[in-house]
Amino acid sequence: MSVAAPRGLASSGQKPIAEVLHPLAAAEEPLSPGPDVTVDDGGDQEAVLTNGTPVETSSPASASSLFNRLQLEDDLEADARDLYVSTETRDLFVTVDDPKKHVSTMETYITYRVSTKTTRIEFDLPEYCVRRRYQDFDWLRIKLEDSQPTHLIPPLPEKFVMKGVVDRFSEEFVETRMKALDKFLKRVADHPVLSFNPHLNAFLSAKDLNKRQGLALLTKVGESVKQVAGGYKLRPRPAEFCAMGEYLDTFSQKLGTIDRIAQRIIKEQSEYLTELREYGTVYSSWAGSEEELRRPLEGVASSVTTCCGALEDLSENMSQDFLPVLREYVLYIESMKNVLRKRDQSQAEYEGRLEAAVLRKQEDRTPLPLEVEKCQDKVECFNADLKADWERWQSNKRQDFKQLLTGMADKNINYYEKCQSGWESLITLLQDKQTEDKTSETN
Amino acid sequence: MAEDGRDELLGTDGDSEPLVAGRSLRHKGVEQGCSLLRRMEICVAEAEKRSGRNTVNMQEIFTVYLIETRSMEAVSEGHNSAPDSLWRRYSEFELLRSYLIVTYPHVVVAPLPEKRAEFVWHKLSADNMDPDFVERRRVGLENFLVRVASHSVLSNDKILYHFLTEEHGWREVVYETGFQAKAESRLRALSATFRVRNTDKRFMDMKHYSDELQSHTSQLLRARARVADRLYGVFKVHGNYGRVFSEWSAIEKEMGDGLQSAGHHMDAYAASIDDILEEEEHYADQLKEYLSYAEALRAVCRKHELTQFELEMASQDLISKKQQREELATGIVRTFSFKGMTNKLFGQEAPEQREARLKLLEELIAEGEDTVKEKTVECQEHVERAWVDMQRFEEQKDKDLREALINYAVMQISMCKKGIQVWSNAKECFIKM
Repeated sequence: MSVAAPRGLASSGQKPIAEVLHPLAAAEEPLSPGPDVTVDDGGDQEAVLTNGTPVETSSPASASSLFNRLQLEDDLEADARDLYVSTETRDLFVTVDDPKKHVSTMETYITYRVSTKTTRIEFDLPEYCVRRRYQDFDWLRIKLEDSQPTHLIPPLPEKFVMKGVVDRFSEEFVETRMKALDKFLKRVADHPVLSFNPHLNAFLSAKDLNKRQGLALLTKVGESVKQVAGGYKLRPRPAEFCAMGEYLDTFSQKLGTIDRIAQRIIKEQSEYLTELREYGTVYSSWAGSEEELRRPLEGVASSVTTCCGALEDLSENMSQDFLPVLREYVLYIESMKNVLRKRDQSQAEYEGRLEAAVLRKQEDRTPLPLEVEKCQDKVECFNADLKADWERWQSNKRQDFKQLLTGMADKNINYYEKCQSGWESLITLLQDKQTEDKTSETN
Repeated sequence: MAEDGRDELLGTDGDSEPLVAGRSLRHKGVEQGCSLLRRMEICVAEAEKRSGRNTVNMQEIFTVYLIETRSMEAVSEGHNSAPDSLWRRYSEFELLRSYLIVTYPHVVVAPLPEKRAEFVWHKLSADNMDPDFVERRRVGLENFLVRVASHSVLSNDKILYHFLTEEHGWREVVYETGFQAKAESRLRALSATFRVRNTDKRFMDMKHYSDELQSHTSQLLRARARVADRLYGVFKVHGNYGRVFSEWSAIEKEMGDGLQSAGHHMDAYAASIDDILEEEEHYADQLKEYLSYAEALRAVCRKHELTQFELEMASQDLISKKQQREELATGIVRTFSFKGMTNKLFGQEAPEQREARLKLLEELIAEGEDTVKEKTVECQEHVERAWVDMQRFEEQKDKDLREALINYAVMQISMCKKGIQVWSNAKECFIKM
């Protein structure tokens, strides 16, 4: 891997962030100097760029960053509502599909095909096709979280499933999981910073993921991060982050309620379906003892059956498409809350060190140590990253829920349309018979 | 059922308020030669609560129904005359029906609406005083009167005419007919069912059919009530979406309006089920009518069994009496008899005694032959008339139920359309989020 991922937003004029915070991003390679530029797609808000200085052109990352910066200027003029990267400028497409079961002596598991198409020069080839299992996605997520702690990493579907309760190999489960993995990967690929992460590159392109790479370093860093950030008293959040936290709490609550309501509806519908089926059979059995009324009664039975089928489809759709997306958002909210907490920690660290340094300065006049400045940078970058991600997350959320709820409405409309046509065909049938009878009477 | 003339005005009447309050009648199943309905329009316009003392002198509250009648001439000439009217309570309707059943045992007599609310699903109250129940009962009573008054045989009955026109003293007149004495005892009827030998196959088939009809309609009513209950639950839970969307919209900026409006549509959706199910009750009422009709049909079949049985009994009796006469005349005892025994033990009786007994027997035989003739006629007439009426009933049933099923389908379609409308509205709101 030759790419040094962009470091996030640099503050004006300061040196880039110390290596200790991003140890794994570039596989032990030295960092390229100079502030790198990243783009964020906050269409409405002002793009937080560096102080306008063009990036040094030595590293390939910078070139693409430049490209991205130019993109952003286009985007600002574009429709402010379209906050997704427009497809004309997108240069990385990923898809997860084609689940297959693998049986080995040790275990049985499912792999998914991950297809990539890209024009980015960070990738050696324009197309890739690899097979990955859930573990691999989880590895990617962990890597991203550790290497980009200031960014919001999209959530993965639940890792553990109770073996007795859910069939891990059922078509429905695999289908649902696959859709969630696809969404996860697409969100990462659409993210202007995360998509350049070398771990993503490895995930998409490598034949075999060597997951042990950097593991040792990971644990070391984890500890040092804790040592550094731990032990500092958490300070009150600035107002805007407070507001974010509150929003997340309330939103999470509302989603929980919606989940419960949807589940209740599914349950009620299932009981309704049971009674409806029974109801239909009564018409059928009555038809058996009638002559003239046989056809109308059988017709009603058949219309009722049509409604049963339509209802089954509706409920299934709610279970398989609606609920999983809802639950995934709850996970997403949790991720966001975590990022907020990390931000709080980094702020705590900075302010703690600052206090200590100020005290020492008062004592022996040493200037503010470099570490404190680094912390300040860190906090400012964190805040900026977070705000950018927040905006992106909000707009994605809006699109996702618009799609989700519109889909729910569509399915219900569909259900009623099917039922209606079932009953209308009965009326046609009965009216035809009436005209038949009338003509036979007159004959 | 005469229920779908919703608030249609009778004839060309403009200001007949009492009639507007009620439902107009539909001349369902108007028979040829039905004199009563051609002469007058009948309608059960209103219901009111009254209080009074019952038979054990206790205060009670009951409902009375206003029966209005107008002569057809007045209607067709567009006279604005007020209709004649009188009040009757449910028990009087019951008395009328009992009278008709006893007096015309070959007719499948239209049933009354149910005495107590049955096949309820949870929301419907089982209370007889509930206004919805009273209203549906009013419609049912009107339907009963229309059916009875349009029947070729029943419509000529004087008691029926009295019921519609004379408020006071009607009960006494009914009792004076002595119809209660003619009412067959349950026990006798049951006995006949078991012991009769040569019934008309058509009647037995019809009796079997009445059992089927009763079983199927009651199954259907039960299943429908359960379905209604569940459907109610599904709709009402959607109301919760309304509340949560509203709460959620409070923390959103751009999404807020769309969510809030969508929430209102969900509330409307949840509320719509009440009207839908109320309308379906009319369908249930039609089924209930035919559930009761099954009983009436079976009663006609049982009457056949009874008349046939009585005929068989009378014939049997005549045969045994003739046998006795023969024995007495010839002195040959063919069957065991007590007299024969005592004769053997104590010696033959005197000739005078024998003569006396023979004469008595001859009288009894003559009576018996008359009885057999009577019973034969009775049985025969019943078979002929009942068969005609059962055919009429079958045609009516096919037509009514077919229409009921079509109306049910129409109701379902209407419900689907409403559903599509509400969800489309919600979808519009979601799109604008």
